[in-house]
Amino acid sequence: MAEIRVAHLRKAFGAFVAVQDSSFTVADGEFLALLGPSGCGKTTTLRMIAGLELPTGGTIRLGGEDVTYKRASERDIAFVFQLFALYPHMNVRRNIGFPLLAQGVPRAEIRKRVEETARLLQIDHILDRPVSGLAGGDRQRVALGRAIVRRPMCFLMDEPLGTLDAEFREVMVRELRELHNRIRATTVYVTHDQIEAMAMADKIAVMNHGIIEQFGTPQEIYDRPASMYVADFIGSPPMNFIRFTAGLPKGARAARIGAAEVEMPEIRADVAPGELALGVRPEHVRFAEASPLRGAIYGSEYLGTNQIVTVETEGGLVRARLPADHSYAIGEPVGLTFKSERLSLFEARSGRAIPSALHEGALDREVRHG
Amino acid sequence: MSPAKSTSATARSVTTAHSVVEPSSRSKRIAATLVIVYAVVTMIPLVWIFLTSIKSPPDSISYPPKILFTPSIEGYCNLFTTRTRQTPEYIASLPEPEGVCDAVTRERNMVIAGPSNFLPRFANSLIIAFGSTFLAVGLGTLAAYGFSRFKVPLADDLLFFILSTRMMPPIAVAIPIYLMYRQLGLSDTALGMMLLYTAVNVSLAVWLLKGFIDEIPREYEEAAMIDGYSRLQAFRKVVLPQATTGIAATAIFCLIFAWNEYAFASLLTSGSAQTAPPFIPTIIGEGGQDWPAVAAGTTIFLVPILVFTILLRKQLLRGITFGAVRK
Ligand SMILES: Nc1ncnc2c1ncn2[C@@H]1O[C@H](COP(=O)(O)OP(=O)(O)O)[C@@H](O)[C@H]1O
Ligand SMILES: [Mg+2]
Repeated sequence: MAEIRVAHLRKAFGAFVAVQDSSFTVADGEFLALLGPSGCGKTTTLRMIAGLELPTGGTIRLGGEDVTYKRASERDIAFVFQLFALYPHMNVRRNIGFPLLAQGVPRAEIRKRVEETARLLQIDHILDRPVSGLAGGDRQRVALGRAIVRRPMCFLMDEPLGTLDAEFREVMVRELRELHNRIRATTVYVTHDQIEAMAMADKIAVMNHGIIEQFGTPQEIYDRPASMYVADFIGSPPMNFIRFTAGLPKGARAARIGAAEVEMPEIRADVAPGELALGVRPEHVRFAEASPLRGAIYGSEYLGTNQIVTVETEGGLVRARLPADHSYAIGEPVGLTFKSERLSLFEARSGRAIPSALHEGALDREVRHG
Repeated sequence: MSPAKSTSATARSVTTAHSVVEPSSRSKRIAATLVIVYAVVTMIPLVWIFLTSIKSPPDSISYPPKILFTPSIEGYCNLFTTRTRQTPEYIASLPEPEGVCDAVTRERNMVIAGPSNFLPRFANSLIIAFGSTFLAVGLGTLAAYGFSRFKVPLADDLLFFILSTRMMPPIAVAIPIYLMYRQLGLSDTALGMMLLYTAVNVSLAVWLLKGFIDEIPREYEEAAMIDGYSRLQAFRKVVLPQATTGIAATAIFCLIFAWNEYAFASLLTSGSAQTAPPFIPTIIGEGGQDWPAVAAGTTIFLVPILVFTILLRKQLLRGITFGAVRK
């Protein structure tokens, strides 16, 4: 097992830049999720780490060794493809044993290791079946088997659950994480699904248009988004943005939004007058009759244990996650308050977060709501 | 097979009279009739050739043509031998005939002088056709793989250029090739014919195989390369097994062309490298209108293609298993 260190990685296809200046490190045994919408360069990044694509610039180190321009076969990595890529002309046993055959492992040893792997993944009963008749989940397990049988330095997975149906995906998310807990292989897992990433990863890198917008633990990414893009991409429903115009001095602890004075974590930099956006997670919104921040009920979604209530305010629509025990009439006027120590402040034009006490780890790692 | 069955079963249970999914039994019957009629029409000449090959020479030219006749092996005897005419007295003085052909020949007042050129010509055909098919399919597979997987500069122009070798009729290029081959000492050599047929077939092979290889997802090779194989090993162990259907189909097309080719063969070969197609018609000149011998040569000539096609039938019909990649 080994650490993956990617520095200033860049990939251009002609004039189009698919990955620009990516740098991140996956520590030994860590599970990194590369998260972003379709087309943002996740697969390209992964393929460069695997050696299937040559970078235009930057370096890739696996376990300290510079492998930037090495062939895929010389890198000691395993790759699980989006489409599984099981060899259709071989049965399950031969598919799993195929990488060992390349290394010249003796037949008896191959047999033993294939069977061990199959037991680990609970597919020992289908070892002698052809792969073409297998169900999606079993194919996925065979693909995983082929990856882990070699005990490579690291695993790269490109949306391995993308083609499974939602119900089964949840099962596989748990299985994959359990597998990781057992074998502790350094893993880079590509997905566009924030729930998968949050559920499985030790670290998440959020990508957008070839740029890594934020790199951190799931909690950091959720609680302290580095940009409005990240805040909007993570969480369901996403973070509310209340737009207002103001300038704030360093050390400010509140801002004036309309008629209301809204408290927030202490600002750590002077903010020139301009358009700002206050970021509020729906679970940090509460209704309070007396609050000067007013709005009217716009709609609600019942989710069983709680409900998402949408309120129309001067600063735009605000969604609140509230207990489901009270129902609201559309148009009903309400006052809003926010959990002040959890608020983010962004510069609306650049989308970047304004540094505040929130970013100083003052926050303890609480369990997320929702 | 089984999906088709289950579809028809469901279709029938939903609508008994007319089904949108399945053709009606009436249109099926019409289709079957058309197929049978077509098969019969195309088979008649072949059957007639075979029947002629087992007629005696007088039966073969009788008018009206005989449908019922006593089978004779004379055509095959004449195909494989050369004969000389002798006086009945001389023939009577010979010892007992050895074998059937000897006897049949003597009845016509002739004796066998030696083997004919049919076997060596047939062997030429086998060597040249199978050799060129092997080369064309081998080169074609590699070229098609290259065109399919790598960024080849001017790939489209090159592919068009490759195909353009087939745009001219053979007779238009035969004279320059004839002159070229004379210079190079390739006239009337098996190697020359093999190269020529390879050159003609490789264009077909590249185009056909590129289509088949394009269909094989790259992820297979990439997976194999990550698994520790070189590109060449990945090609051999992962691409080739999946391209067998395409390779078999291409091989049959190439073989049929090389086997049946007449124009180049008759212009460029005359002696030792002559193939069967230009040779068979020459049989007719040797001692009268020997139609049974010509028919016998044609019948034997059909066998290798038939056998080859039957051997590859499984590969041709198997279809490509994409099951493991597609959902
Ligand atoms: N071989 C290629 N040639 C040209 N453009 C490519 C190639 N591969 C990927 N791209 C482009 O790069 C961008 C990022 O692709 P990709 O890494 O596959 O995105 P993701 O996996 O995040 O969906 C896409 O816009 C895609 O069209
Ligand atoms: Mg992708």
